[in-house]
Amino acid sequence: MRNLTLAAFISIFSLFSTLAIAAGPSSKLDQVDIDLTDKASLQRGAHTFMNYCLSCHGASLMRYNRMAKDLGLTDEQVTDNLMFTTDKIGETMQIAMRPEDAKKWFGVAPPDLSVIARARGTDWLYTYLRTFYLDNSRPMGTNNLAFKDVGMPHVLWEQQGYQALGEDGHLSVAQEGALTPRQYDMMSRDLVNFLAYISEPSKLQRLALGKWVLLYLAIFFVIALALKKAYWKDVH
Amino acid sequence: MSMMDWIDARFPATKMWKEHLSEYYAPKNFNFWYFFGSLALLILVLQIVTGIFLTMNYKPDAELAFASVEYIMRDVEWGWLIRYLHSTGASAFFVVIYLHMFRGLMYGSYKQPRELIWIFGMLLYVVLMAEAFMGYLLPWGQMSYWGAQVIISLFGALPVIGEDLALWIRGDYVVADATLNRFFAMHVIALPIVLLGLVVAHILALHEVGSNNPDGVEIKKHKDENGKPLDGIPFHPYYTVKDLVGVVVFLFIFSLVLFYLPEFGGWFLEKDNFIPADPLKTPEHIVPLWYFTPFYAILRAVPDKLFGVIAMGLAIVMLFLLPWLDRSKTRSIRYRGPYFRTALVVFVISFLALGYLGTQPATSLYTLLAQIFTVLYFAFFLLMPIYTAFDKDKPVPERVTTK
Repeated sequence: MRNLTLAAFISIFSLFSTLAIAAGPSSKLDQVDIDLTDKASLQRGAHTFMNYCLSCHGASLMRYNRMAKDLGLTDEQVTDNLMFTTDKIGETMQIAMRPEDAKKWFGVAPPDLSVIARARGTDWLYTYLRTFYLDNSRPMGTNNLAFKDVGMPHVLWEQQGYQALGEDGHLSVAQEGALTPRQYDMMSRDLVNFLAYISEPSKLQRLALGKWVLLYLAIFFVIALALKKAYWKDVH
Repeated sequence: MSMMDWIDARFPATKMWKEHLSEYYAPKNFNFWYFFGSLALLILVLQIVTGIFLTMNYKPDAELAFASVEYIMRDVEWGWLIRYLHSTGASAFFVVIYLHMFRGLMYGSYKQPRELIWIFGMLLYVVLMAEAFMGYLLPWGQMSYWGAQVIISLFGALPVIGEDLALWIRGDYVVADATLNRFFAMHVIALPIVLLGLVVAHILALHEVGSNNPDGVEIKKHKDENGKPLDGIPFHPYYTVKDLVGVVVFLFIFSLVLFYLPEFGGWFLEKDNFIPADPLKTPEHIVPLWYFTPFYAILRAVPDKLFGVIAMGLAIVMLFLLPWLDRSKTRSIRYRGPYFRTALVVFVISFLALGYLGTQPATSLYTLLAQIFTVLYFAFFLLMPIYTAFDKDKPVPERVTTK
């Protein structure tokens, strides 16, 4: 009976996994390897975020002082270097642009980025940041491989320069930026790392607590099992 | 006079303790499949307690709901833990309930004289689905919103009253603030009260007739001189200490998910639900939560919307009828004949396959597969009076067996 069930499960599972492979992924994303414990990376990401993103995009669920604490910065460092839209450290990362205006200018209001890394995934964000290319048919002059016909212009063009889309679907440098491609990749990675951090600031706390809970339960299991065996000694 | 005597003269504390724990005789041969009843009770308590704490900071308002959930995740002390306990608990509840129901199927626990236990259990399952569905609207993400939109629109398929009924449920022409408010009321107070009442009925009915067991034999048939079942042992302390082991193992797996995979690859917390609800933007692919997908697949397998809704409803009604569809006297799978065993395997495969198909886009191949498995799902029930009547069951032992 058990073998029959098992065989049936395996056959049905393999049937579906073949189908899933046949369906395939819709588009290829570049892989990014982020590290939430790398505070230097998060600080660089915060710097990029405050300078380039946080004028059109808000992160209205994230507080400056929480970021300061988690990134190993003092409140003064944040107030002096990273806060452009408010002067209160306990505030969330709001922007002054009104959504109605944004919609008029870009066609769509730029989304709040508080939990964007959980909605899009880090690989998507990394790919998105790196695949802007020149396209004269678009109002802002650029298009994007990860997000077709996106309303956002290539904000980081000074850093990356401009890319052109070849016939083969590959991107090539059309105009050099201030950074080398390698440096720009690192900048994108740091920014994605920061976006991943603000999407779940308690994640490190969660991962750190998890192992203690599991250890406690493992010890409790030994005791519970011994207790069960002691009580069940006389049951035959 | 002791304190306990004083209480017992006024309230049946000791009497109830004995009836339901220290002198409730349960068969001594419970196996792995018998952990899930007490685990379901544990999760119910967990959901109620974490739910109470979530309610303290959640705002049932279309303008504020999404941000209030993130406020809980960030600014409320231990809020992230409470929220993940609740969201992981919801999926764990269904895992445990499905295993609990499968136990009933395997060992014939729905059969005479336990029909009412099964009916109460099925009612619990239906209310739990409503509870989960309404709870999923509360974070007010895109999947919350559009999932609710799709499911409520199903009521619109009913003839004559359909559209008015859907309107009445939503309280608006689309899912909106009014819907969120009423779902909140249902989720945090109305349905939990019904759940608790049904749990009491489920357990009282169980303790009235006594537990079934993996051999499907009646332990009350063989009693000692004191009238205690020879194959029974008091629930407390024997099964309380045994269930404690089950609880610890369960909590270990539960914690692995909660601390390391709370989204469970998008199955417990969907990606699109981190985008605030937008009535003007339909997500590409609306998927109900995993525990509804078998029924969703049945709905989509039927080309006509009304008949699809009816088929989905019947899929659940079939489960209610189980005690009367099964004509065999033998309870346990251990002694049942090849027809029932084969049918049960086919049923489990169909249910799992439908569950998978419900998560996938309805391509022509997948729709065909869903139609095949829907037919098999219903065949399990509708042909049951025939194949169980002619099955070649094995002789059932007089007493329970232990390895």
